[in-house]
Amino acid sequence: MTDITASSLPVAAPPARRDIGLKKRYAAEARFRMYGIAAITFGLVFLAIMLGTIISKGHTAFWQTTVTLPVTFDPTLIDPQNKRESDPSVLIKANYDKLAQQALISKLGIDAKSKPEVAKLKGFLSDSARIQLRDMLVANPALMGQTVTVPILASANIDSAFKGQVDLTVPEARRKVKDQQITWMNQLAAEGTLAEKFNTGLFTYGASSRPETSGVGVAIVGSLYMMAIVLVLALLVGVAASIYLEEFAAKNRLTDLIEVNINNLAAVPSIVFGLLGLAVFINFLGMPRSAAIVGGITLSLMTLPTIIIATRAALAAVPPSIRQAALGLGASKMQMVFHHVLPLAMPGILTGTIIGLARALGETAPLLLIGMVAFVANYPATPFDPATALPVQIYMWANEAERAFVERMSGAIIILLVFLMAMNLTAIVLRRKFERRW
Amino acid sequence: MSGLTAFLFVLVVGLIAFFAGAARARALDDGKIKAHSRPQYHGAWAMLLAVLPALGFLIVWSFGSGAYLNKQIDERVIAQTSEKSAVSDTLVRSLADGIKRLDAPANTNPPATMSELMPLLAGKGVTLAPDTQDYMIPIALDANSMASRFGWLGGLGALALAVLGALYGIRQVAVRERARHKVERVMLGTLFSASTIAILTTVGIVLSMLFQTIAFFSEVSPWSFFFGTVWDPRFAAAGSGGSQGQFGLIPLLAGTLYIALVALLVAVPVGLMSAVYMAEYASRNVRSIVKPALELLAGIPTIVYGIFALVTLGPWLRDISAVLAGGSPFIQAQSILTAGLVMGVMLIPVVSSLSDDIITAVPQAMRDGSLGLGATRSETIRRVILPAALPGIVGAILLTASRAIGETMIVVLAAGVAANLTANPFEAMTTITVKIVNQLTGDLEFNSPQTLVAFALGITLFFVTLVMNIAALAIVRKYREQYE
Amino acid sequence: MNVMNEQKIEEAVKARMTAGTNEVIKMRGDKVTVHYGEKQALFDVDILIRENQVTALIGPSGCGKSTFLRSLNRMNDTIAGCRVGGKITLDNEDIYDRAIDVVELRARVGMVFQKPNPFPKSIYENVAYGPRIHGLTRSKADLDEVVEKSLQKAALWNEVKDRLHDAGTGLSGGQQQRLCIARAIAVSPEVILMDEPCSALDPIATARVEELIDELKQNYTIVIVTHSMQQAARVSQRTAMFHLGYLVEEGPTEKMFTNPDEKRTQDYITGRFG
Repeated sequence: MTDITASSLPVAAPPARRDIGLKKRYAAEARFRMYGIAAITFGLVFLAIMLGTIISKGHTAFWQTTVTLPVTFDPTLIDPQNKRESDPSVLIKANYDKLAQQALISKLGIDAKSKPEVAKLKGFLSDSARIQLRDMLVANPALMGQTVTVPILASANIDSAFKGQVDLTVPEARRKVKDQQITWMNQLAAEGTLAEKFNTGLFTYGASSRPETSGVGVAIVGSLYMMAIVLVLALLVGVAASIYLEEFAAKNRLTDLIEVNINNLAAVPSIVFGLLGLAVFINFLGMPRSAAIVGGITLSLMTLPTIIIATRAALAAVPPSIRQAALGLGASKMQMVFHHVLPLAMPGILTGTIIGLARALGETAPLLLIGMVAFVANYPATPFDPATALPVQIYMWANEAERAFVERMSGAIIILLVFLMAMNLTAIVLRRKFERRW
Repeated sequence: MSGLTAFLFVLVVGLIAFFAGAARARALDDGKIKAHSRPQYHGAWAMLLAVLPALGFLIVWSFGSGAYLNKQIDERVIAQTSEKSAVSDTLVRSLADGIKRLDAPANTNPPATMSELMPLLAGKGVTLAPDTQDYMIPIALDANSMASRFGWLGGLGALALAVLGALYGIRQVAVRERARHKVERVMLGTLFSASTIAILTTVGIVLSMLFQTIAFFSEVSPWSFFFGTVWDPRFAAAGSGGSQGQFGLIPLLAGTLYIALVALLVAVPVGLMSAVYMAEYASRNVRSIVKPALELLAGIPTIVYGIFALVTLGPWLRDISAVLAGGSPFIQAQSILTAGLVMGVMLIPVVSSLSDDIITAVPQAMRDGSLGLGATRSETIRRVILPAALPGIVGAILLTASRAIGETMIVVLAAGVAANLTANPFEAMTTITVKIVNQLTGDLEFNSPQTLVAFALGITLFFVTLVMNIAALAIVRKYREQYE
Repeated sequence: MNVMNEQKIEEAVKARMTAGTNEVIKMRGDKVTVHYGEKQALFDVDILIRENQVTALIGPSGCGKSTFLRSLNRMNDTIAGCRVGGKITLDNEDIYDRAIDVVELRARVGMVFQKPNPFPKSIYENVAYGPRIHGLTRSKADLDEVVEKSLQKAALWNEVKDRLHDAGTGLSGGQQQRLCIARAIAVSPEVILMDEPCSALDPIATARVEELIDELKQNYTIVIVTHSMQQAARVSQRTAMFHLGYLVEEGPTEKMFTNPDEKRTQDYITGRFG
């Protein structure tokens, strides 16, 4: 091959080594790398601490202390004058608290005549016992005189104490839970009467002034209404706008104006959309305040740019060969788009939509302005009824002072994050599954 | 007849027209001449002819009749008070809405004085401004009956138009009729209209806020708003009348900028360094784990950050400062520092994903050129890549700053509500967004300066962020072109 | 066409019959292999690079000549999944040895790339970049001198001396490439690697750069990858022909162009494939 004899040639002598400050430069290199690692670590540690505190504060919200008591619907207590036949409202107004208290007294074996003892029972059971027992009896008057085993919620204070969240070293006078109540609580717990149960109420109740009977059920329904509205409006309008801009629009000033607007709207602060909703939909068009329909439309406008940007990217990714094939077979441009391009772009569009929906689901500020921050205890029957949303419910609980509300709030955050996580995972799976390489 | 009912009726007529048109097209197709369009296009065209004019009429009618109604109200109010007042007109309209919600017979024959009417309305959850006057009640009643008449007229008119359109459309069906072209032209129009929603939204934002802001400036001078240093809106309690409070923007603007600055001081170095590390150093494996984790930070709603600041970080910083100072804390639980820090963390993924795009857009040739001269990686990054990416990074920082200025929930929860003017980052300051929320939540009467000021704040916020966004997008685009 | 080609080449070769009398080895490749992941790009390349001579690497595209060039100053290190086998020495030191620092190596073996890639900085800053990072100058006056000398050596000084602080990216393509050469010279390397330095330039700019290369060989050892046969003939003393990852033949340029040992070299030079 090559003339190897050349290897007998002399080899150049290496020149004198130059000092190019290698040691210092490598130290700087290592430092720079450390900054990068430190920056990433900072972000990740913050994320871990944030999620950690929320989970540690909120996981207990999924369990609720319940006292299972045999309650006797004693007619002499409910209707002492025996006139319920003539005046059914007696059943509504009766002193059901007393029933629950009686049941508790007999369970604990306290002397019912000892006033100070009985007084200490106050605040042991949730006030919701009254409504719970009332509704049972009204629904089934035959219960009168019978004894039924009923699971009754413990009060928020007892719930906290049972979960070990109350500092018992604090002097009794400065605690909401008294020593005697703790003793009873332990006694009932030992019998198995008082126990933590899975907190279904968290998912079914609405707003309430009592922590133990407040939940995110109503808020979730409000959020679902809005998500449905966003899905329909933003997806339809967004896809239509994207198709026009990507497939039909001529390159002219109007198109440029539209594009600039879309890009800008994507960066407009969300609260400005709230002002828009308030001024235009509620004030000008006279739509109802606090209603999911207004929230939904407002969030749709906010989500629209996200969906348009994602959809255009998905449409642009469909190769021209497919368009040409469709046109070559005599399809009109409209048919080409709707029969061929759009179906192929669908996974990308859906991914973008889900991500936009997730953003809308977590959005709070605009909803505050259109009055969704109201105290809503009942499920909204239609999108036109007063409703609230999951993040707004969280915000309202954040303004409550009681400890038990912080627990609820953290629980609600966990629920919200689970929703968001599920949506984002769906988006990722969708992208993975349908990702096409042309 | 309400607009919605009329709309539904029109749709039903449209559906009938669709099926009738398609059926007629199928019947006409005898197979001798090739039909231009498939039957469903004929049906669709008939449906469009039925629905579109009717809906257009309905929309024009409802706006027209609404405007007429407003004009009537305005004239009646002027006749009563002999002065023009937009506020009074709005009060009449909300009164009319309120009366509509009452049960019969009060909804057509309500009590004649506000003092009697108020409790009735309150029972229906309607709260009205306290200066709603008795003379407004008959005007509101007349407005309601007129509105109902207009509703019926409009609904019937729309329905008639729909039927006529449907008949015409069905008659038009013919073998060589180019129904598809017509349908497609309408579809194109629809697609185009959808794309103009973006413009409409912007116009809607600007106009809606502009009108309220003008109303606000008719009561408070722009000078005292933009240059006032005291924020004390003093919600007018019932009867307090005269004192209207001070609406100085300066303390809010200062708080907004201060918190945004702290947030950027956290987010920019951390976000930029993470992006640099991810783009230039991290192995594929590290990237595949860390990148989604950082993106997770971006997916967490801001309310969660706000609550973390309020419940955990704020008290923690306060307690630490108490320990450091050996007694009383020097950091307040709600402070510029807490809000800025948490907002900074929220913005890390924003900075890092924008910078990542920008850094990877710097051509490999730049890296090769520098490495080929014997530069280390960090020298290449610091002296070549970052300077080359600088315009793009400036754009990214502008975009991030606009996010920081417009961020609401974190500051609502973590920054405080007191409109202080302070340089101490350990104290609380408030922001424009916090005040927009404060002024517009709770039971509010719409036309007092206390609520209108929120729109003046909103439009200020909108224009500040708009300028930043446009500048940022222009810089980023120019930067991209440089390397394309 | 071919005839003209051959004529031109022959003329060029004759004009540049430089007798390599006291030849000294600067770099040496010994059974060099390069893998990109699974794919092998270079097979057992043995080659000697002589000091103060221009060695041209030629061959059809994808033959491995650029890959080999990049392994001479370890630019391949920046490509993920690239492995270099065998041995490459600079002054008898293995450049892939752990004891050799890659930064120091690249300061000794500089590189000029296919497309001019001036940094988005001023002309002065582009040239000063290397001396600055390596700390080669003591004072501003020193640095000014290095910049001036490098620009002079790169035959660019007269064109830019009045606008040293204008952007380097504002120069014409040929000027940009000479700026990149000045940038490489400013570090005072021993070897300069050039990867098709004229492929993005017009004929006049190409001629300037070729003249420059010829002058530079007095002070530097130059390895140049080129696509153009005429260029190899014009500027180089030694030519190495690569094909499909193998070094086909290496020898004095005049011999390679007049009387190559290998048929493949003959075919390529006469334009039968490429």
